[in-house]
Amino acid sequence: MKFRIEPFVWLAFSGGGVIAAMLLPVLVSLVALAFPLGWIDPPDYEHLASLLAHPITFLVLFGAFVMMLIHAAHRFRYTLYDGLQVKHRTLVAAVCYGGAFFGAFVVLGLLGSAT
Amino acid sequence: MADDITMQVARYRPDKDREPGWQEYVVPVREEWTVLDGLNHVKNEVDPTLAYRWSCRMGICGSCGMNVNGEPRLTCATFLSDYAPGPVRVEPLAHFPVIRDLVVDLDDFMQKLPRVSPWIIRDEEQPVEDGEYLQTPEELDAYKQFSMCINCMLCYAACPVYGLEPDFIGPAAIALAERYDLDSRDQGARQRLDVLIEHEGVYGCTFVGECTRVCPKHVDPAAAIQRYKLKAAQESVKMFLLPRALRR
Amino acid sequence: MSTQATHGATQQDPRYHPAVPVFWWTRKASYLVFVLRELSSIFVAWLVLFLLLFVRAVGRSEAAYEEFLDWAASPWLVTLNVIALAFVVLHTVTWFSLTPQAMAPRVRGRRVPPAAIIGAQYAGLAVVSAIVVWVVLG
Repeated sequence: MKFRIEPFVWLAFSGGGVIAAMLLPVLVSLVALAFPLGWIDPPDYEHLASLLAHPITFLVLFGAFVMMLIHAAHRFRYTLYDGLQVKHRTLVAAVCYGGAFFGAFVVLGLLGSAT
Repeated sequence: MADDITMQVARYRPDKDREPGWQEYVVPVREEWTVLDGLNHVKNEVDPTLAYRWSCRMGICGSCGMNVNGEPRLTCATFLSDYAPGPVRVEPLAHFPVIRDLVVDLDDFMQKLPRVSPWIIRDEEQPVEDGEYLQTPEELDAYKQFSMCINCMLCYAACPVYGLEPDFIGPAAIALAERYDLDSRDQGARQRLDVLIEHEGVYGCTFVGECTRVCPKHVDPAAAIQRYKLKAAQESVKMFLLPRALRR
Repeated sequence: MSTQATHGATQQDPRYHPAVPVFWWTRKASYLVFVLRELSSIFVAWLVLFLLLFVRAVGRSEAAYEEFLDWAASPWLVTLNVIALAFVVLHTVTWFSLTPQAMAPRVRGRRVPPAAIIGAQYAGLAVVSAIVVWVVLG
């Protein structure tokens, strides 16, 4: 059977899509709206700091964020290629997945600083 | 019911026109008349120069596909009275080159379909003396839906990916590949996978889902494509994980 | 966002090759929903960044955490995030509704009805959300 990278990218895209669908609604509602706008009392700093310092939190968030970035990159790539007719397959793929790859390091750095 | 309806029909005469134009015909609305009946009335009574394809007039041959008010439809299955008071716009099937008036060039699909080997592939044929290949109702059920395709091409007309990226192999071809992959008599899944794993194969699809919505035979090509993506992914992971000796 | 049209006939090729119009996706509701769904990817990427900034603020100090909450409450950012949340909801709703087409599992020889698959996903969403709230609020 032929070896192609597409099926693996698609699996990551699908995984990221499930994670985004399950995690983002609640996380965004809390962090972007409920806490800043005071609808719910923001949690104690000590509680959050110890939560985010935990290695399991790091692993879960790292996996989730990277998968969601790959999901977004994959979808955006097709928006560029099909929708905006940027007909440079390799360049578009490089920009999109390259962006996700770079983003993964940003994730690593920013998550790592909290651990 | 209104007596008449205006049909705005696309005309294109390659020897005379640079671009398609419109011609209006006023057509009676008889009970249960379809758009195809309207076109036949035009050709028989009003303008014999109008060119279009049709055959069975009952939704099984797949010849009469056109864009009616922007939607890909079988004109034999589309009632004129649904568009009253009109006008109703009839154009050639979208995303295909136009040969003349409402007749489109389907060579692209004709070239793509054989690439997925839409026939039973066996490593070894059973000798005739052994009789038929037997199949249980459950085995038939597994692929029956995908076998209902009449190659009408409405799904290609609805698919924005096919419109924007003509290399895309398209919904019907993939649905038909799945029809054979799921057939218990078939052993050619690996062969078809090698064709459909390419970027113009299943992974070109972005799951818009319009193909399923417009299909007159309820084939659900979108489902076939997504399941094929998963199948290809599973096979790729297995190939990646298993040692070389166990790979086929 | 359109394809090249070959307007009119040539000697070699008398066929007419139609172009896909730039605003093809405004012609039908289903196309519009599809394009919006695809654009949700931009907001997913933004929200990952936003959540990372939150994590970084908590990692720095209590003051940074407070500052982050104040910044997040600024009107333009709230507006952006409300829009982003709307796109996330669009992603979630469309993703759940498409899953039954992508998978057709059979349990004991019978096809699982699509409604059950969709319902199970929303149940999963409720459970995951409850767990997150419980963990974050402490």
